[in-house]
Amino acid sequence: MNGGGTSRHIGRILIRAIVTLLMVAILNFILFRVIPGDPAKLLLGGGRVSATAEQIEAQRQNWGLDRPLLPDQLVDYLSATVRGDLGYSFKFRGRHVADLILERLPATIVLVAVAQLIAIVVGVMLGMYAGWRRGGALDNGGTVASLLLFSTPSFWVGMILVVVFSTKFGWLPGYGAYSPGGTISSIDSILDHLRHLALPVTALALGLIGQYVLVARAAMSDVVTEDYMVTARAKGLTNRQMLMRHAFRNAMLPVVTLIALNLGYAVAGAITVEAVFAWPGIGGLTVEALNARDYPVLQGVFLLLGASIVVSNMTADLAYGLLDPRVR
Amino acid sequence: MINTSKRSAALLEVDGLSVTYGLMGASSRAIENVSFALGAGEAVGLVGESGSGKTTTAMAIAGLLSPNARVSSGEVRYRGNVLPIDDDAAMRPHRWSETSVVFQGAMNALNPVHRIITQIAEPCMLKLGMPRGEASARARELLELVGIPADRGTAYPHELSGGMRQRVMIAMALACRPSIVIGDEPTTALDVITQAQILKLLGKLRSQLRLALILITHDLSVVAEACDRVLIMYSGRIVEEGTVAEIFAQPKHPYTRLLIDSIPNPANGKKMIRPIPGDPPNLMNRPSSGCAFHPRCPSVMAVCPTEVPSIDQFGQERVACHLYRSSQEDRGASHA
Repeated sequence: MNGGGTSRHIGRILIRAIVTLLMVAILNFILFRVIPGDPAKLLLGGGRVSATAEQIEAQRQNWGLDRPLLPDQLVDYLSATVRGDLGYSFKFRGRHVADLILERLPATIVLVAVAQLIAIVVGVMLGMYAGWRRGGALDNGGTVASLLLFSTPSFWVGMILVVVFSTKFGWLPGYGAYSPGGTISSIDSILDHLRHLALPVTALALGLIGQYVLVARAAMSDVVTEDYMVTARAKGLTNRQMLMRHAFRNAMLPVVTLIALNLGYAVAGAITVEAVFAWPGIGGLTVEALNARDYPVLQGVFLLLGASIVVSNMTADLAYGLLDPRVR
Repeated sequence: MINTSKRSAALLEVDGLSVTYGLMGASSRAIENVSFALGAGEAVGLVGESGSGKTTTAMAIAGLLSPNARVSSGEVRYRGNVLPIDDDAAMRPHRWSETSVVFQGAMNALNPVHRIITQIAEPCMLKLGMPRGEASARARELLELVGIPADRGTAYPHELSGGMRQRVMIAMALACRPSIVIGDEPTTALDVITQAQILKLLGKLRSQLRLALILITHDLSVVAEACDRVLIMYSGRIVEEGTVAEIFAQPKHPYTRLLIDSIPNPANGKKMIRPIPGDPPNLMNRPSSGCAFHPRCPSVMAVCPTEVPSIDQFGQERVACHLYRSSQEDRGASHA
């Protein structure tokens, strides 16, 4: 109704996100400057090969490492980042970090998106129902089960799934995103991909379902005791009308926050599961980069993680504003 | 039981109603043997301390008892028909169409995420089957009726003052043209000026729409202003009933007397609040026998701790107190 207030609200959220992103980038820059190790030496073989002082100095000049950290190097870093230049990988010589990340990103997004979608639909519905019928059989059983699922590490669930469904019964592949040997036809390749997705998605989704059930249940059981629910009952609404028209939207508020925050961890949250299933995503890339001390790749991945969390927080704020008029 | 038969024309009759709440295996009586009648267009005040059973009585009439409440005896008749007050689904058609409730709108009784016009139009659509446009038009009409410009309908509850929200609550209660409106402390949490405006509005609407009003309150001044008759409740029972004029001029029950005495009245030099000594009993620690008020009663007699006084008729009034027992027996023959 008051469009001015709403657009000011959105403007505030956007400005906050941009400032936070800048802070993330600066912190990321500082973090990799205080890590011990001279990048020039690392480039020249990381101490295993002895390089002369002149060679090292030449490298330092070449990459601008002889210039002062502040402001020169920081400005260089920030302007390069804005242009999408995240530097070169140490491990994969001559390859752009941005290219490496973009190559691996789709696999992670597919894995996380499918797992989140399933978890949101199943978890929120079960949780809302449990909260609506608090004290019922589904509530009592479901809460215990959800707590168990939520507190079990997803990589452990992943390993159990591999042992049971892949190693013992051989029903589903437990390794990689595609079968080796290339694609036969596009339909077969999609089916093959889906079969590879099944176990890692399950491992990831189970924990998320537990989390969504717990949050949705708590939110709904709070809403049920609100005064406006008594009003709705007094108005002669049926239980279904009370649930759909009055309870659901109010109970969705905390759930939406959780969904948005979870999406922020979309890139990082699957690292351990990706490791278990050798999934060719960002998680795998991170583990490889860590093992190889590939600082530029790690720096790029960290920036991506930070950015996705900032963006998802922004989405949460915007979505919250849509659902709850009080925060506009 | 006592005087309902006399008022066969009554809109609503509460007859010997007792409601118990189950609490962790134990059960406790919230109200016991409550009887009264409400005529069309009449305003009755239901007065008592917290835990006196006034809210339980009102919620039972509206069919809004909580799931752990049980009607252990008695019944409520609406236009002569017994209401299924302990059957949630069966009460649904009655709710809002016949009896609506004005909750404390200043609190959280309005849904914070819906525009007020939507909330007022909702019962028109769901209960009366009006199409959306017609229901909105009706909601705008109702807003104007309670003194809110119809354009404010797009506002959300948090954008309105406490008094405005209470007006919205009243507009909402009128949506399905009920014949009984229950006001559940409708002026509590409002400042005195707003309180007076809301009471004035309720009075105006009552005569305009010929509404019967049940006003739950712990504030006798509210009753004096808005009601014809008053029921005083103590510890789950009605202890006194009479017209507002009678009760204020000649309170009979010691509790009513102390209640009226406790109101400060600067006009005749009573500047201090005079509290009633002792604590009101709650659901779990009521006196196990006799009159529930006897531990605090200044006129306590030997019979009081042992025998529950019956509620007896004195002209237009009813009182449940042993003090008046002998006189009742004197007049018993003529009364029966």
